[in-house]
Amino acid sequence: MIDVIDGGVSTTVQDLGRFGHYHIGMPPSGAMDQFSHTVANALVGNESDAATLEMTYVGADLRFGADCVIALAGAPMPAELDGGAVPMHEAVRVEAGQKLETEFTSDGSRTYLAVSGGIDVPKVMGSRSTYTLVGIGGYEGRTLEAGDELAIGQNGANHNDIVGNSAPEENLHDFEDNGLRIVIGLCDYRLTDESRDELCEVGWTVTPEADRIGYRLDGPELEFVEREQPFGAGTNPSNVVDVGYPIGSIQLPQKPIILMCDAVTGGGYATVGTVISADRDLLAQRRTHETVRFDPVTVEEALEARQTRQEDLDAIQNSLA
Amino acid sequence: MTEARIERTELPEPRYEFGGDDHVFVELDEAMSFDANFQAMAITQQISDRDIAGVTEICPANASYMVRFDPDSISPESMVEELKEIAAETDISEFSWETRIVTIPVLFQDPWTHETLMRFRDHHQDPDGTDLEYSAHINGFDTVEGFIDAFVGAPHMVTMVGFVPGLPWCFQMVPRNEQLEVPKYLQPRTDTPSRAVGFGGAFSVVYPVKGAGGYQLYGRTPVEVLDVDQQLPDFHDSMVFPNPGDILNYRSIDREEYNAIREEVEDGTYEFTSERVEFTPEEFFIAPHEYNEELTEVLSA
Repeated sequence: MIDVIDGGVSTTVQDLGRFGHYHIGMPPSGAMDQFSHTVANALVGNESDAATLEMTYVGADLRFGADCVIALAGAPMPAELDGGAVPMHEAVRVEAGQKLETEFTSDGSRTYLAVSGGIDVPKVMGSRSTYTLVGIGGYEGRTLEAGDELAIGQNGANHNDIVGNSAPEENLHDFEDNGLRIVIGLCDYRLTDESRDELCEVGWTVTPEADRIGYRLDGPELEFVEREQPFGAGTNPSNVVDVGYPIGSIQLPQKPIILMCDAVTGGGYATVGTVISADRDLLAQRRTHETVRFDPVTVEEALEARQTRQEDLDAIQNSLA
Repeated sequence: MTEARIERTELPEPRYEFGGDDHVFVELDEAMSFDANFQAMAITQQISDRDIAGVTEICPANASYMVRFDPDSISPESMVEELKEIAAETDISEFSWETRIVTIPVLFQDPWTHETLMRFRDHHQDPDGTDLEYSAHINGFDTVEGFIDAFVGAPHMVTMVGFVPGLPWCFQMVPRNEQLEVPKYLQPRTDTPSRAVGFGGAFSVVYPVKGAGGYQLYGRTPVEVLDVDQQLPDFHDSMVFPNPGDILNYRSIDREEYNAIREEVEDGTYEFTSERVEFTPEEFFIAPHEYNEELTEVLSA
């Protein structure tokens, strides 16, 4: 059992996500930075679909009720276990009764805490991920609060074998580069040529409205091609007849919103491109007021990036005992 | 009225677009039509039946559809090829499906949506009226009652479910010249009561939960479309009630009936008035009004 002493700013239980229910409006949820989530799990001997705690900006303070092994991955977050520093990306032994205290991330925005055996909450529609909008999954469908008690699962690993596991630096991703690779498309024909160019030329500022639902960006006003609106679309030039939205897609009510894991699954705003699967992890680590740039790539380049990301994960996995 | 038919829409060549490396979006038409929607439903049904390895989400939408897949199992190009092949084999004129027709009771001009829409008057095209007065006016009705009669006068088909879990987008089952159409709010509201019944573009919706929204607000239903705890009998299999292809028959009720139904819902005993029906697009296209009457008759039987 883990006692939550302080839930932090926004800490939720997440796994790889909830799939197969998009057609009823259920977004996948799941870890925003799936790379870091997977690394954290690998360090403590878990499968990648075990549930971790996703901590945003300021982590949780926890007291562990049983001996276990933990690992932190993702955004660098100062943490202490009974006063002793806990390194990032390393499996650390925890004894029953010890207290973990965490502070502000120094870079990036999301840190994943994995526990050997995983956070054991009931699965809802095949996933332990929290989806707070309708209050399902995770711990009572919400962010953690002081007084919550989390159960820990079993993974069969011998603690002595995994303590000290660490991820090779060269395979970890840093959060410095501000380019997000996107595949242009879906309804980009709604933009004027100038605005389509501008989308990928300017820097976009991450606004405070950036969460698990979506990242609202600020920048220049983009222009839509004037047209007589098709039947059923609505009157605004940004409106289309409602479509399903890909995860990572950039929709344009006026300023861009990039849809994330808990996003609305569909709607009537033109979507003009989609962040490639390999770079969604990076987007999840963008902080408020930071700048992002869009870098248009082909689907082939997106697949290569996906491959590279997988090779890094495999290398980390293979380096562990 | 007996002459009315649904004009068939010649659909353009579909547009296949990639959403990153793991989604394919297929636009069947830019405009809404039953042809486009039935095509989307028929194709997505086929995709689901084929059980294609690597497909993780199949999302039928109003005049388009989307598939999410794992590119490590199936390449984006192969996915598109597969979809094109399915589309070539799909002919909605040979298509019929079993669906449900369901009564959705609505208290129009209810106090809750009224309070909300008055609060957001500065975001509205008609700051001095109500959403119903505005919608009646721009659709050429003299009275709000006339507009409501048209709204409940023919059933609405669920053409898409999404935005949030359980929200049905519904397209009224009438010829184009009888379709109601209204703009969405100039600026979306930050608040909408749960169970509000709204209308935007050519789509009616029921908002499952309290939250943002941009559709014109007309009333509130006492029934739930989302039951997360799955307490109500109609939700035993899924926390979401509406499915694409369902037919919703809005019925105007008074406050007394609203309260009575609400009590049953809160007791966990309410069951939808609903029947299974076979829907045949061909018959519907030829004589929609007669066809709708046949469909809705089963509800009063």
